[in-house]
Amino acid sequence: MEEQITGGEALIRSLELEGVDYIFGYPGGTIMPLYDRLYDHRENLRHILTRHEQGAIHAAEGYARATGKTGVVVATSGPGATNLVTGIADARMDSTPLVVIAGQVGTNVLGNDAFQETDFIDVTNPISKWGYQVRSARELPDVIARAFFIANSGRPGPVIIDLPRNVQVELMEWKGYKKCRFIRTYENRPPIDLDQIDIAAKLLNEAERPLILAGHGLTISGAERELGEMALKGDIPVATTLHGLSALSMDHPMHKGMIGMHGNIAPNVATNKADVIFAIGLRFDDRVVSKTDKYAPQAKIIHVDIDASEIGRQVNPHLTIHADAKDALLAILPKIKTQKRTEWIEFFTKLEQFESERIYRQQRSKSGKGKAMKMAEVVALVSEKSEADSILVTDVGQNQMSSVRNFKLRSPRSVITSGGLGTMGYGIPAAIGAKFGCPNRPVCLFCGDGGFQMTEQELGTIMEHNLNIKIVILNNNYLGNVRQWQKMFYQGRFSQTPMMNPDFKMLAKAYGLRAEDVSDSDELNDAIERMLTSDSSYILNVNIDPEDMVFPMICPGDPIDRILLNETETLDLNIVEL
Amino acid sequence: MKEIKPYTLAVFSENTVGILNLISIVYTRRSINVESISASPTAIPGIYKTTVFSYSDRETMEKVLAQIEKAIYVVKAYMFTEDEIVHQEVALYKVPTEKLMDEPELENIIRHHNARILEITHVYTVIEKTGHTDETEALFQELKKYDIRQFVRSGRVCVTKDPIEHVSVFLEHRDRQLREIEKEEERE
Repeated sequence: MEEQITGGEALIRSLELEGVDYIFGYPGGTIMPLYDRLYDHRENLRHILTRHEQGAIHAAEGYARATGKTGVVVATSGPGATNLVTGIADARMDSTPLVVIAGQVGTNVLGNDAFQETDFIDVTNPISKWGYQVRSARELPDVIARAFFIANSGRPGPVIIDLPRNVQVELMEWKGYKKCRFIRTYENRPPIDLDQIDIAAKLLNEAERPLILAGHGLTISGAERELGEMALKGDIPVATTLHGLSALSMDHPMHKGMIGMHGNIAPNVATNKADVIFAIGLRFDDRVVSKTDKYAPQAKIIHVDIDASEIGRQVNPHLTIHADAKDALLAILPKIKTQKRTEWIEFFTKLEQFESERIYRQQRSKSGKGKAMKMAEVVALVSEKSEADSILVTDVGQNQMSSVRNFKLRSPRSVITSGGLGTMGYGIPAAIGAKFGCPNRPVCLFCGDGGFQMTEQELGTIMEHNLNIKIVILNNNYLGNVRQWQKMFYQGRFSQTPMMNPDFKMLAKAYGLRAEDVSDSDELNDAIERMLTSDSSYILNVNIDPEDMVFPMICPGDPIDRILLNETETLDLNIVEL
Repeated sequence: MKEIKPYTLAVFSENTVGILNLISIVYTRRSINVESISASPTAIPGIYKTTVFSYSDRETMEKVLAQIEKAIYVVKAYMFTEDEIVHQEVALYKVPTEKLMDEPELENIIRHHNARILEITHVYTVIEKTGHTDETEALFQELKKYDIRQFVRSGRVCVTKDPIEHVSVFLEHRDRQLREIEKEEERE
């Protein structure tokens, strides 16, 4: 006779057999039976108690983004579950694999507005990859196996398991756990169309000015090496999206920077000069495309993506390849001709020099004694002193754009940020998750004073686990990005953006964390040294000039090559001839 | 200007809880009014077909289709214009029997519209008519004078004119893949 166990025990065993090492969560009424079973497994399955469910889910996202493994989140029903909603939407947008387990009221009262009941599956339907309410304990091993398979295959995303209280205590026969590899209605790895690959290779080989746009899909499929090889072989410049930034080391000669609203000048201008664009593993977000009908009208666009619903959503491609990024690169790589495109590469180099002289030099320069600092100056200095395998975590806003523009990423999976949803408050918990996932890699978080305060309660989690995370608050006492837009588009009417902030140093002290205020750029260098050499978490509260804004910038609705260098000056496209 | 036309979506899926919601939220999100919807089993065991009829432009409908297909338990979804399918609806009309009794033209109306009488009681008569919307509407207009008490029209159902049954082909292909995976697992 098979062993009789409870649903809760079956779920915990399934998680262990799936290879889960961390759970990020918060207990409560309807999920208590599961937490009770967890108590017996606490050695193998480490549960990280955050201070808010939103903290738990962003931590799981950070963990997933840093490791490529599926993040696991547990919360109770009702408010516990609804507090996860932002993170679920965030994970959906940014293709982050999560298994979210939420308690639910007993099946006998379901649908009756019982205490702490919400219809969580329906709440999350539009923002989850899959959701399932478990009605019987014996379903559990199979449901968990499906959940992990769905979450972390195809285009990864968040999966919701709604777990009524009685299912957790119901007895079932344990027949073991089998990982799921197949669901007949779900094609996780579409077969590659080799004819399309041939056409793509021919287009690229015959192109004079080809450009590779690389997105998050390359990191997800682990195709960093293949991307580098293809770029070198065909002498094809690579520009990346925000999430694709670490798909190629920034030391790689073909990494030409980031595209989009605050992207680098060379790739944005080149987008509207290229004759063939090979866009792989990206979804042409509107922050990347800007004005759709002025986006690369001269180019033949080849769009490779595993999510068929993303193809043609924003940009109509000339050629479509519905495939996993790595599968596509492996197929096309042998067909790419070795060649040199000196003139085209030179075009990038000239624009890079221009950006370096006109933008970076000024933005990264030392502000001088007694002056508030510039974001780029701080980030570039931290980057310069950081180790090559550092993970950059950002919050959302000016801090995010400044840090990705000025931090040199040299290892795969080294940028963790909320892109599609733009979730303020993502930073601190995501950094926590990244540190649990990669304890041996330095984790450096940049956030603004606004975003920091959205999830600052998670300093408690950092304290409890004695994590070593470096946190730089780029503090301008404003909601800086909104302020920048108010300055540029709302005649400087700073509606509800100035912010009265607490004493961050004292706040850190309350949590037993080391912190210092940096108000003068003369102090910056030494303070960063102290932060990076410290063997524990460290918070630098840096005084940033509120007038410091993120440039270059492409205003919403403008073509991708109409680039503002500062508030008044637009890039003259004739500076470099082609 | 985008051309607004009638489109019929046929969504093939597993018969699981919540499929209808997963389909309808894609329409809701784009503020497309669903004119009619109907769901039923298909000739393939375990596979259900939901037929959704609405007005929109082709580009929007292609995006709707792709987003519906993304749902895990949706096998395939197809989009059709009016000329690509054979479609049908059924309508029921409940009229007072008393009024019909006095009508010399009743037989002609029933014959002319190819309608059927399903039930007659002293109080009411139920007439059934299958056809396209304009046909069931035409009968409605004629029966109006008899004081229609209840009228109902079903959602549209359709079959394609395509000689290939794409869903079956796809599922057979998937079954082969499953067998390969199982063989692989046995070897391991």
